[in-house]
Amino acid sequence: MKTRPLIPLLPPVLLAVWLLLNDSLAPGQIALGVVFASLVTWAVARLRPLPAWPRKLYLVFGLSLRVLVDIVRSNIGVGRVILGASRRQPLVGFMQIPLDMRDPHGLAMLALIVTGTPGTVWSGHDPEKNILTLHVLDLQDEAAWIHIIKHRYERPLMEIFE
Amino acid sequence: MSGAAGVPLWAALPAAFLLVCGGLLTVLGSLGLLRLKDFYARIHAPTMGGTLGTGCVLIASMLVSSAVAGRPVIHELLITLFIMLTSPVTAMLLMRAAMYRSRD
Amino acid sequence: MNAILPWAVHFALACFALAMLFALLRLLRGPAAQDRILALDTLYINGMLTILMLGIGTGSALYFDIALVIALFGFVGATAMAKFLLRGEVIEP
Repeated sequence: MKTRPLIPLLPPVLLAVWLLLNDSLAPGQIALGVVFASLVTWAVARLRPLPAWPRKLYLVFGLSLRVLVDIVRSNIGVGRVILGASRRQPLVGFMQIPLDMRDPHGLAMLALIVTGTPGTVWSGHDPEKNILTLHVLDLQDEAAWIHIIKHRYERPLMEIFE
Repeated sequence: MSGAAGVPLWAALPAAFLLVCGGLLTVLGSLGLLRLKDFYARIHAPTMGGTLGTGCVLIASMLVSSAVAGRPVIHELLITLFIMLTSPVTAMLLMRAAMYRSRD
Repeated sequence: MNAILPWAVHFALACFALAMLFALLRLLRGPAAQDRILALDTLYINGMLTILMLGIGTGSALYFDIALVIALFGFVGATAMAKFLLRGEVIEP
């Protein structure tokens, strides 16, 4: 049974975006931002039939640190592949990974993480069998990619969203 | 570039390092567009400039504008967030389009 | 004063100009339509970074808004074109 968090997430995020956009913490801007955030939240509520209820938000920090490390590491890897492209073109390929996560918001976050990391692109998902199709730039070791996706990303996302 | 010379050294040194890193990463990513032979390989290359290159430049921009204004200016965070959210969406749509078009 | 930051700004500007040239070559040469859209995507991100670099170099805060608008409209344009390739129309009934 999912429990609803105490505060909805969208209005504080919108308020933060408004204050960042205006680059000030003046009381007038905060009041305007509160009005703006509540209006947008009310207007958008009909467009999103499925509200996201993330829990254990402290896990987000560990996950984003891990993603940052992986982005740096795979940037180096992709850079090496590009520089060595005259000797050897990379071995591109698709691979299938069965997933355990069902929550659509968690899957969306996983898609953003996977595609945002250089070297891998999310290229399809079968909602019935829950199989992810992943495109990899240099497909040397298939088991290592499955291990990275399942253990490094999917498990914390399942803890956050399910 | 007259405004950049007056920045204090504690902000100028890391900002210069980040700018050099971001420039090199971005130019390497765009070089990949030319050097890789296959579209499915090329789609991975600009992600380098889109993630770490942009991140480096935006952190450098935050450092410099904070040092110039004398208070923390972090509204470049907005562009970082926006690019991080949107560039994967374009890449995913392009990947789907390429798979769809190469099927027939 | 210290000359390291103007030097780094000029170096990064040269890098981004070169990157835009590479993306432009791929845009003109690309065999398929998706190659051209990918090149356009790279081109707008590099253009946004160039504008930010001018903002650092001149110390003016105005360039931030220009960069934000380029990022917004570049994303909308690239996504609309990718969607067009995928579906044959942008806004489906």
